[in-house]
Amino acid sequence: MVVIIGSGAGGATLANELCHKGFKVVLLEAGQRQSSQTFRNDEWFAFKQLAWLDKRTTSGTWRVAKDFPNLPAWTCKTVGGTTTHWAGASLRFQEHEFKTRTTYSNVTGANLLDWPLGLADLAPYYARAEDKMGVTRTNDIPGLPGNNNFKVMYNGATRVGYKTVHTGHMAINSRPRDRRASCWQLGFCFQGCKSGAKWSTLYTEIPKAEATGKLDLRPESHALQIQHDASGKATGVLYADKDGKHVLQKARIVCVACNSIESPRLLLNSASPTFPHGLANSSGQVGRNYMRHTTGSVYAIFDKPVHMYRGTVMAGIITDEAGLNTKRGFAGGFEMETISLGLPFAAAFLDPGAWGRDYASVLEQYPNMAGMWIVGEDMPQETNAVTLHPSEKDQWGLPIPNVHYDDHPNDVAMRNYGYKQGAAVYKAVGAIKTIEVPPYPSTHNLGTCRMSERAADGVCNRWGQTHDVKNLFISDGSQFTTSGGENPTLTIVTLAIRQADHIAAESAKRNL
Amino acid sequence: MKIKRREFLRKGAIVVAGVSAAAAAGVTVPALAADWTAKLKTLTAHEADTLLKMARQIFPHERLDDSYYIKVVEDLDVEASGKPATAKMLSAGVANLDRSAKGKFAAEPAQEQTAALEKIQHTPFFEKVRSVELVSLYNNQGVWKVFGYQGASYPFGGYLHHGFNDLSWLPDPPEAASPKPG
Repeated sequence: MVVIIGSGAGGATLANELCHKGFKVVLLEAGQRQSSQTFRNDEWFAFKQLAWLDKRTTSGTWRVAKDFPNLPAWTCKTVGGTTTHWAGASLRFQEHEFKTRTTYSNVTGANLLDWPLGLADLAPYYARAEDKMGVTRTNDIPGLPGNNNFKVMYNGATRVGYKTVHTGHMAINSRPRDRRASCWQLGFCFQGCKSGAKWSTLYTEIPKAEATGKLDLRPESHALQIQHDASGKATGVLYADKDGKHVLQKARIVCVACNSIESPRLLLNSASPTFPHGLANSSGQVGRNYMRHTTGSVYAIFDKPVHMYRGTVMAGIITDEAGLNTKRGFAGGFEMETISLGLPFAAAFLDPGAWGRDYASVLEQYPNMAGMWIVGEDMPQETNAVTLHPSEKDQWGLPIPNVHYDDHPNDVAMRNYGYKQGAAVYKAVGAIKTIEVPPYPSTHNLGTCRMSERAADGVCNRWGQTHDVKNLFISDGSQFTTSGGENPTLTIVTLAIRQADHIAAESAKRNL
Repeated sequence: MKIKRREFLRKGAIVVAGVSAAAAAGVTVPALAADWTAKLKTLTAHEADTLLKMARQIFPHERLDDSYYIKVVEDLDVEASGKPATAKMLSAGVANLDRSAKGKFAAEPAQEQTAALEKIQHTPFFEKVRSVELVSLYNNQGVWKVFGYQGASYPFGGYLHHGFNDLSWLPDPPEAASPKPG
């Protein structure tokens, strides 16, 4: 029996792949099972329906700790995980991004490390993931049509001199595919896709796994602890079911895919006399190197309507800044992707805490707004970490997580450059005002159980198999050794497909 | 403008000087204070009126009449009714505003009200009112209509055939960048 904890991009993909190889899988999910029918085109409703809202605390100099002290991340507690909320951007890492320790020479004070694998190892799996997810501009799938928000970005970008500007590589159907509709430009990608055009494990991997008869999906099952035997082998997962009863599910293999705050927290809460610093934590790196990408947004107000909310949230991309070019004053690259928020969330996030005449007049110009999101590679730092709160406990009596983050100077330099470039794009097409928006609660959460060649440097090996516990795997974005300048979901799915192949091969050899 | 006696009687009892100017500006005259505050469960009429004035200065929109801000106070009343601590905080907050105004905050001119709010903007009382108003006002579909935000599109099949790419003041991107819909 394989027990997978978390039903998002990593966990549910792994479950489906393993079920198709004949494995019996128990998939534990803390959240409830929604559907396209229960999703609503309503920002606040959807947030309460899908977001992980169990109490968390924050610390560090990041703005999120000041503006959203109890909401470090906007990720999901629901069947399908954060694939219900994501916007669909599906980009492959670049080759040098797997080798940042070797390649980024002038970054001090960062815990850079090369991944124990490279682009060549992942390329065939990237291809399988793109096919699985139906990524536009791959597999003969046409690109999506650009909306008004993209028209503004495209025109501004080309006037500024950018060369690669298009509607992106998106896991959103531009034609009916995989028995799912093509995109209706609903504009509520973040709130669960009601048409099913956007790939989400909720209505792809999970039903396909269920069709094999080998998947036992248990929603409202909140993992509390991973148990092990005297030899240090994982033996099962203790979880709280929907009635609050503690249930022990035995396992031959345990895979942790709870996203990068809950995965390390679960390992830390699974500490025992054998593993006093947390399960699989001989390196001390469990929870450490938390990354959330250099993010920030630029919104612009024009004297004519845009109606940016009509249609896909991530409607297009400028990729010119994604490469390595230290002449800009920082290592690593970033993407510029359109983003839009509805009026309710624009009011909440454009300038958290703001009030008064000036802010109100900005919001009044909402229909004339365009927006973009800067997504760049942030530097891993050991002190950026998920740790157990010293005193506060959750509903099960377990320590809640604290997320600590300080920007690295490289992050700040990249963000400021991104703000400047974003504003330039909009000014080139007549923006009367541009607004720099600080990072939102993190939607990209990475690195807290990172891959490493040597056991002392990280938590798992090139297969996501933990160094300390052979039958324990990390199966989500916690594996990322570095964050790359790309949205992570495609890589998470890619790693899961590859991990399934490895688990199957090792099982066949009786190594697992 | 002088209102002749006959006209005054014809138009009925509630005719306030300047109402036509206000109507021209798109602001309807608010109902008498007593009407809406009477329905509140916990807040007093004075507290409600003060919070109404406070809400108008936190997110000031001339285009929005009092009815939208009354909704904010109604939402505050619901919170106060559910939590005695919140009711206490709102009550004390109003009293403090009156003390600082050396009379009634609600009677002060807008500029003075804003200055008074700036002084207390880091207090839990201010933050409670602001955060409730943030949702109450900007999640109000009536406000969306006034501002031109169309909200949910699922009921009409999405924006695909409802203007998702109708912007005409810039050229369309080429097909390679932005293919036509399927």
